[in-house]
Amino acid sequence: MTLKIVREPINKHIQKIPLGWIHIIPERCKECGFCIELCPKDVLIVGNERNIKGYRWPKIADGKAYDCIACKMCEWICPEFAIFVKEVERGEVV
Amino acid sequence: MSRSQILRENIVKESPRDDLIRKDRFPHIWCPGCSLGTVLKCYVEAIASSNIPIDKHVVVSGIGCTGRIAGYIKLDSYHVTHGRPIAFAEGMRIVRPDLEVTVISGDGDLVTIGGNHFIHAIRRNVDINVFLVNNFIYGMTGNQMGSTTPIGARSSTSPYGCPEYPFNLPLLVASLGAPFVARWTTLHVRQLADAMKRALQVKGFAFIEIITSCPVGFGSYNELREGLDFIKLFRDSCVVDHNADLTKVGITLRPGEPIVLGNFVDREVPTYHDLEKEVFKKAGWLK
Repeated sequence: MTLKIVREPINKHIQKIPLGWIHIIPERCKECGFCIELCPKDVLIVGNERNIKGYRWPKIADGKAYDCIACKMCEWICPEFAIFVKEVERGEVV
Repeated sequence: MSRSQILRENIVKESPRDDLIRKDRFPHIWCPGCSLGTVLKCYVEAIASSNIPIDKHVVVSGIGCTGRIAGYIKLDSYHVTHGRPIAFAEGMRIVRPDLEVTVISGDGDLVTIGGNHFIHAIRRNVDINVFLVNNFIYGMTGNQMGSTTPIGARSSTSPYGCPEYPFNLPLLVASLGAPFVARWTTLHVRQLADAMKRALQVKGFAFIEIITSCPVGFGSYNELREGLDFIKLFRDSCVVDHNADLTKVGITLRPGEPIVLGNFVDREVPTYHDLEKEVFKKAGWLK
């Protein structure tokens, strides 16, 4: 089911898309894949590096660094408290 | 940080919720793909957003995978004998009315081993919160079938399919007069945290059935071998209906039959503590 936009909001020009900055604690990750699967913008992919237990923690996909909209689904679904998102201003961390 | 630098993931050591979890015990013992950590996360968020001070919260949990939650949360927490967390919590709530007592335990612990404590606590309407984590199986004991295993589901003691009807827990709890009854899965994290927050406010027996993934226990016998298979099952088959007919919300896990979720019951019922006070007044123990 795809979301169909019926009309444009009249205050669209003042709406800002939030930007999230993803923080990861690699030692806690168990590679369950929940954050990668449930990211609505497909920002995260399986990383290359392994932690001490051999699990590959997620990393940001190439070219997707500014696509995170700080919905915090990865933070909520992570069973390990291993990922969290800080909302930042677009000009602040760039 | 300069403007030309590319924003990338920041590798850190601590998460902002580490004030409410025992971070020295992390990573926890639960399997990869298990959603019990998500239940812990939702509970921690519910505590943080409730206006009750942290030292007034108490967690009681029994034996089993879910029973480990008491060990990972930085509150006054109790890990009691198999099936008896509700009995323990009732006693604590009756002698210490200022505490907000929460029971988080599994289906095997609360309704199979401790089924009698469960139904009588609801009948009595003691002011405790019970978050029952349903993974359809006895997990830690060795994947035996229990009272919530759906008909036809396989387990280590029912290799050709379970021949018994499972409990329809929301109907059971609502029929005994509980003031708050809800059911959510661990995919519906924000709704689950909101329901937990509501349960902390409700006076009386607040019950939430939380359906979790169990890829290693239940899943390995039923072609749901990864945590993501459960997430896809929840995403495809869950229907939110707050006014659902509770006689029809039993879980079958058959293809095409939905798992009905929602905050089914939210009503005011006189609690045990109100009725107890009236009796004490009659007896002359209270003025």
